Amino acid sequence: MPFGNTHNNFKLNYKVEDEFPDLSKHNNHMAKVLTKELYGKIRDRQTPSGYTLDDVIQTGVDNPGHPFIMTVGCVAGDEESYEVFKDLLDPIISDRHGGYKPTDKHVTDLNFENLKGGDDLDPAYVLSSRVRTGRSIKGFTLPPHNSRGERRGIEKLSVEALTSLDGEFKGKYYPLKSMTDAEQDQLINDHFLFDKPVSPLLTCAGMARDWPDGRGIMHNDNKTFLVWVNEEDHLRVISMQQGGNMREVFKRFCVGLQKIEEIFKKHGHGFMWNEHLGYILTCPSNLGTGLRGGVHVKLPKLSVHAKFDEILGRLRLQKRGTGGVDTASVGGVFDISNADRLGSSEVAQVQLVVDGVKLMVEMEKKLEKGEAIDSMIPAQK
Amino acid sequence: MANSFTRMISGRNTAVILASVGAGSLTSGYLLCDSTANAAERRKLYPPSADFPDLRKHNNCMAAALTPTIYGHLRDKTTSNEWTVDQCIQTGVDNPGHPFIKTVGMVAGDEESYELFAELFDPVIKDRHNGYDPRTMKHPTDLDASKITSGMFDERYVLSSRVRTGRSIRGLSLPPACSRSERREVERVCVTALSGLKGDLAGRYYSLGDMSDREQQHLIDEHLLFDKPVSPLLTASGMARDWPDARGIWHNNEKNFLLWINEEDHTRIISMEKGGNMKRVFERFCRGLKQVEHLIQERGWEFMWNDRLGYILTCPSNLGTGLRAGVHVRLPMLSRDPRFKKILENLRLQKRGTGGVDTAATGDTVDISNHDRLGKSEVELVQLVVDGVNYLIECEKRLERGQDIKIPSPIPQFRK
Repeated sequence: MPFGNTHNNFKLNYKVEDEFPDLSKHNNHMAKVLTKELYGKIRDRQTPSGYTLDDVIQTGVDNPGHPFIMTVGCVAGDEESYEVFKDLLDPIISDRHGGYKPTDKHVTDLNFENLKGGDDLDPAYVLSSRVRTGRSIKGFTLPPHNSRGERRGIEKLSVEALTSLDGEFKGKYYPLKSMTDAEQDQLINDHFLFDKPVSPLLTCAGMARDWPDGRGIMHNDNKTFLVWVNEEDHLRVISMQQGGNMREVFKRFCVGLQKIEEIFKKHGHGFMWNEHLGYILTCPSNLGTGLRGGVHVKLPKLSVHAKFDEILGRLRLQKRGTGGVDTASVGGVFDISNADRLGSSEVAQVQLVVDGVKLMVEMEKKLEKGEAIDSMIPAQK
Repeated sequence: MANSFTRMISGRNTAVILASVGAGSLTSGYLLCDSTANAAERRKLYPPSADFPDLRKHNNCMAAALTPTIYGHLRDKTTSNEWTVDQCIQTGVDNPGHPFIKTVGMVAGDEESYELFAELFDPVIKDRHNGYDPRTMKHPTDLDASKITSGMFDERYVLSSRVRTGRSIRGLSLPPACSRSERREVERVCVTALSGLKGDLAGRYYSLGDMSDREQQHLIDEHLLFDKPVSPLLTASGMARDWPDARGIWHNNEKNFLLWINEEDHTRIISMEKGGNMKRVFERFCRGLKQVEHLIQERGWEFMWNDRLGYILTCPSNLGTGLRAGVHVRLPMLSRDPRFKKILENLRLQKRGTGGVDTAATGDTVDISNHDRLGKSEVELVQLVVDGVNYLIECEKRLERGQDIKIPSPIPQFRK
C-alpha cells in the first residue's frame, strides 16, 4: 500500500511463528524458499518507500498454486525490493532463471543489427510475429505499491513521451477511463485492448487498485507498435505484425524502445536497470530482458509428435495457446516464444526464436511429407 | 493482554518496539529514518490533490461524502495500527457501484478508524443509517429477549427464522487490516471461549484449513459452510488475504447456534431454526451472545462497543446492532402485488433472495429482514421484524380470501 508500511511495525510485536504464513499446501517459488527462519530474519525490513516482506509475498500466500505449474509467488514493490529482500529473492531468481547466481552479470543488447536472419520465416506457417517487453520508470514505485498520484505521474510522463514519437511510431494515446465505445470496440477488434486483471495472481498483489485510473494504451497509426501504460508493469512495449518477418518486428521494437528511453531520460526518469538483474520489473520472472519474442505458427503435425515438448525444451522455447498465457491452442496453431529472460541478451533470445521456429517449420513440412524428423532433433541449446 | 498492546504501540514510538524485538536499534533507526524521511518527501511530491481518487462514475456512500478538503485533512493520518484513509476507501474506489444499488464504499481497519477518520465516516454513517448522527445521538443496546411479543409465526408461511450479528474483539485489527497473527489471535480467543459453552449451546469448531472432505460436505449440506469471498466489494478491501488461515466455523450440536470466525468480521454469530419460532431463535441468540461475552471477559478480552456507534464492525452498514433478523416466508400473492415494495419500505423491512444478499428469490419464498441496524436496539429491531412479518402474513391471507390490503403508515426512524 502506498506511503505507509502496511501495519508492519505493529506486526513486529508478534512472534515470528505467529506471523509466519502457513505454506504447507503451497506450490510456488516463494513457498519453496521462505522458511520460518528466513521470515524471522528479514521481516522487520522495509524499502525506503515502505514496502515490506509481507507485501512481497502476499500474492504467493493467497495463491497456493497448482501441482503442475510453478508460479513465482512474489512481486517487487519498487526498485529497492530486489536489494532489501535479496535473501528471499536471490534464491527465487536462481530457481526461476536456470541457476542465475547473485554474482552473475546480465548483458543487454538491443542492437537489432546483431540479429542474424529472421526475415524469412515461411508466412504459410508463421501467421504473426510479436516481441514484447516491460519497462519500469526510475523514481516511481511499482504497480503493486504505487499511489494514485504516482500512477498518474507515470501516465503523464508516458503520454508525453509516446505522443512525441514520429515517423512509423506516430500514434495516439487512449486512456482507459475516457475511452468511447467506438474506440473500445476498435481496440478489441485489433486485439490491442487489455482489461482489468482478473487473475488472483495479479489482483492479490494489489496491482489492479483504482482501475482504470491512470491506465491506457498508445498505438501507432500502422498498428504495429503499441504500449500499455500501468497494467502489470509501468510500461509494456509491443511490436507486432502479420506474417513471419521477425527481423522487422525486432528492429521496430529496438528503435522504438530507444526513442522512448531517450525522452524519459531527458526528464530525469530513465528506466530501472542494473548490470546484475537487467531491466527491473514487477514480477521476478520478467527480470533481465523482460522479453517475450514469439510467433503464432501452424504446427498441427509437430505439436502432436511425441517429442514436441522435448524439442521445445532443447530449443529453449515455450508453447502457449493463441490467447496467451494459460490458454489452449486452437486449430494446431501455437504461440511459440523464448523461455528465458535473464542471463542472455535480447538479441540472443530473439535469435533462439528465429532459429528454433525455422527449424520447427522444416520439421512440420517433413512430417507433412510423411518423413521422419529424428535426425533433425537438435542438441540442448 | 489487549491493553498492554494498545499501550505499547500508541504514539509513533516505533523505534522502541523494533529495538525491543531485537532488531538492533541502530539498524532499525537507520531503516526507519530513511523511510520516514522518504515518506515525508514523497508526500510533498504528491500532495493530496495528486492522489484524490476519480469518483465521477461512482455511486456509493463514500464517493458521495468524500471531498478534496476532507481527503486533504485525512490522507496523512494513520491510526496507531498504521492504517490509513486510503486503505479504508480502496474498496469504494475499486467498485464504482451500480446506479440502483448504493453500496457503502469503505471499511474500517480498526476501532480507531471510526474516530480518526470521523470526518469521512460520520457523513457516510448518516447517509447509510437514515440520518443517524454519531456526534449527537446515542445508540441503545438491549439483548433482553423476554421483551419480545407475538414472536411465533404461522408456519404455513414462515419456513425458517434466523438472527445474525457480528462482534469484534477489542484490541485486534479488523479483517481488512489484520496481520496473520492478529487473525490467529481472534481465532484462539473465540475458540477458547466457545469451548466453555454448555448445555444446548455446547458444540465444536471446524477450522477451514484443516477440514476433511467429509466434514466439508456435511457443512455444505447443512447450509453452514461459508466460502472464500469472491465479491470484489470484499476482496478489494483486503479481507480475503491469507485464506483460509485462521478461518473456521463453530456450531452447537443442534446446529441452531453457529459462529463464523474471521470472514468479513472477527465473528458472525447466527441463531437459526426451521419454522416460525422467532422468539426462541432470538432468546438463544441473546443467551449465547451473553455467554460468549462473559467467557472472553474472563480472559481479559472484550467486544468493541461504544455508546455512539454501538457494536463496532468492519463495514459501517453493520454498526449499531449489526443485527439482521429475518425469515424465509412464502408470500406468493403479496410478493407479486405492486404495493409490496411500499409496504416493506414503510415497515422498514428489506427483501432478499433465499441465497442471501444479492440473490434472487426462488419461487414464492422471500427472505424478509430488518432494513436498519443503528439507532434502534436489538429488541426493537426484532420486534419490528416480528410485527412486520405478521402483518405481511395477514396481507397474504387477505389476498387469498380476495380481500383488499392496506399499506401501513411508515414506522419512525429512531428515537432521538
